[in-house]
Amino acid sequence: MQIVAALRQRLERLGAGVTSHVWRLGFASRFLAYLVVHSGTALRRFRLTIAEIYFAGVLSLIIILVSGLFVGMVLALQGYDTLQRFGASESLGVLVALSLVRELGPVVAGLLFASRAGSAITAEIGLMKATEQLSAMEMMAVDPVARVVAPRFWGGVISMPLLAALFSAMGIFGGYLVGVQLIGVDAGAFWSQMQAAVDLRNDIVNGIIKSVVFGIAVTWIAVFEGYDAPPTAEGVSRATTRTVVTSSLAILALDFVLTALMFTGGGHGQ
Amino acid sequence: MNRSAIDLWVGIFVAAGLAGLLFLALKVGNLASFNTAPAYQVYAKFANIGGLKARAPVKSAGVVIGRVADIRFDNESYEALVAINLDAAYQFPRDTTAKILTSGILGEQYIGLEAGGDGVMLKNGDRLRLTQSAVVLENLISQFLFSKAAEPAKEPAK
Repeated sequence: MQIVAALRQRLERLGAGVTSHVWRLGFASRFLAYLVVHSGTALRRFRLTIAEIYFAGVLSLIIILVSGLFVGMVLALQGYDTLQRFGASESLGVLVALSLVRELGPVVAGLLFASRAGSAITAEIGLMKATEQLSAMEMMAVDPVARVVAPRFWGGVISMPLLAALFSAMGIFGGYLVGVQLIGVDAGAFWSQMQAAVDLRNDIVNGIIKSVVFGIAVTWIAVFEGYDAPPTAEGVSRATTRTVVTSSLAILALDFVLTALMFTGGGHGQ
Repeated sequence: MNRSAIDLWVGIFVAAGLAGLLFLALKVGNLASFNTAPAYQVYAKFANIGGLKARAPVKSAGVVIGRVADIRFDNESYEALVAINLDAAYQFPRDTTAKILTSGILGEQYIGLEAGGDGVMLKNGDRLRLTQSAVVLENLISQFLFSKAAEPAKEPAK
């Protein structure tokens, strides 16, 4: 009998865990819908959003640019090492550009954005909730979602594709520096093979679509975790951690799904 | 930091981001897929297309003059039906030959056109009658082996 009771308890706990996750997912979706519907203020008083673009985008510039430069440089070094075994070192530009534009640009910029800007958004909103600033706004008949959350959401969504594009551009520049200036791959071959292989619609636009999706996912998770955080110091710190973990996992999972949708349909039609 | 300074930085950020996008679009990518130059479509049947892909270049004398639009399997002749978009600036005689060639030893495959001598030019929807399939390495090797086996032995084994 004792075993059955213990088993039942475990099952109940498992069920409660699953239910609470599904409940949170539903609440998060409703929150996103409410947020989008009530983002009129953020778009009409665009200065609110501009201030958030400053915090999410401009202040992330340094880390994005420096990381992009180094990722591109490492790609060029590693790629050259492998390509020259096949006598194909002229394809270095193709390798660097395609890996950056298709995958590394959106994904690594997204991960950096989640840890640099997403965590800050969560902490900020969570603290505003913990110190009852959000309740105070409601008392003054100001909708905190429209006034506080929506500008942060749109600021993040606008910043992310720009950051990813800068990451890719910087990475390609880094690849050029190492590949052409340091190793001595022919500059003409580097650029012309890159231009022949990288397609505007299939590679660059798909990369931008990825970065937009990651931007929406990361900022959504960040604002939701902040809004949903228990109003205690521990709650805010846990919410911040959860933002980084959840959005990193979301980026990687979404990247797989998007890549499967975008780049494996080849051969027929396109 | 006051408002106008934030505006300035955000402006710089957005401009830099757009410049990055522009750099990717113009310097890194080719704009060929948005090429709206007038084109006409012709068809060609191949017994074997090898590794030819849609959007592969179509070249004549080494110059890109079009792209492969679509590749289908023709269930009546059991051949590959390849639709080719040719730039309207280039006209070809009706008896043009289409070959599937490979750039380099391991490079991508493309279609090479060799102009014939007919006075009538290809029109939209025409079919190229003369085609040459891709070279399949396995077939080459087996041909080579068969011809080797068929050769009479020059020197009897001791």
